[in-house]
Amino acid sequence: MTMPADKQRQRTIRARNRALVLVLVVLAALFYVVTIVRMTGG
Amino acid sequence: MTDLGEVRAAGFGAAGVRDYVAILKPRVMSLVVFTGAVGLAVAPGHLHPVLAVVAVLCIAVGAGAAGAINMWYDRDIDAVMRRTAGRPLPAGRMLPGEALGFGVVLAVGAVLVMGLAVNWVAAELLALTIAFYVFVYTVWLKRRTPQNIVIGGAAGAFPPMIGWAASSGGVGWGAIALFAIIFFWTPPHFWALSLYRSGEYAAAGVPMLPVVAGPGETKRQMLLYTLILWPVAVAPTLLGVAGFVYGALGLLLSLIFTATAVAVCRDRTDNAARRMFAFSLLYLFLIFALLLLDRGGAGWV
Repeated sequence: MTMPADKQRQRTIRARNRALVLVLVVLAALFYVVTIVRMTGG
Repeated sequence: MTDLGEVRAAGFGAAGVRDYVAILKPRVMSLVVFTGAVGLAVAPGHLHPVLAVVAVLCIAVGAGAAGAINMWYDRDIDAVMRRTAGRPLPAGRMLPGEALGFGVVLAVGAVLVMGLAVNWVAAELLALTIAFYVFVYTVWLKRRTPQNIVIGGAAGAFPPMIGWAASSGGVGWGAIALFAIIFFWTPPHFWALSLYRSGEYAAAGVPMLPVVAGPGETKRQMLLYTLILWPVAVAPTLLGVAGFVYGALGLLLSLIFTATAVAVCRDRTDNAARRMFAFSLLYLFLIFALLLLDRGGAGWV
């Protein structure tokens, strides 16, 4: 049986993982756009 | 092999996304972002809008990283002061190593991205700012001298200079003028706060000026710094960075700032200090907003 505290901890870790994925996706998109801008002489 | 129970008992995994945001000191970050963006906007030169956004983002992340490392180092005194006891580290929701690792990774990332995407002058200034805040202010000065926020205040004054360098590729007199405005604004701003929080600073062993020299000397020095701000606030106009309307309004705001300092000198309660602290935030925001509007309005000359 899972304790409520464990459930809370799992929810926290899941939310953190989702935030990390979001940050990584945004970073990848940012690097892509910056590369395009630099290549076009911006 | 690490036992999962031990890891959980140590608190790993207790820090949520909000805690990670909180250790970046978002309120401080907002002022840093604003002044950095204004520095970027008023500087001579042109920066592609995407790169301008990246530059401001790097300034924000760099400031947040410095804040995280500061919270890691100051976790012992944060636990003593009521204002900071609820922060993730003293509250036990985050392990010290997590905060330090987070701060260092963000600091290195922000400097590298600034250098690779924008230019290395801005990146070096960003690195200098983070290092100054962490090593000079947090580690060296904060617990040793009542001049901690006078010298350490330079760290908060660098962002518009970084923005300027991001746009122009260098540092001119205009950038130094923007730096000086924040540098001379910082002491009266923080001393107004520490006047009505002096008990907490004393309990934590932080030698803020009201704790060491008393409220009378603190109020006198606050008044002195607001007087220095008169010519400093007008300097962008004298240097041709801003127009005369900015100069006139900047001087008017500085006069009001001095009036709040005079009120603090005459007040024996904390009320005037609280009002001055609130006005100091408005003062800096308005000064930089006027600089931005001035540039947008082509000088207002």
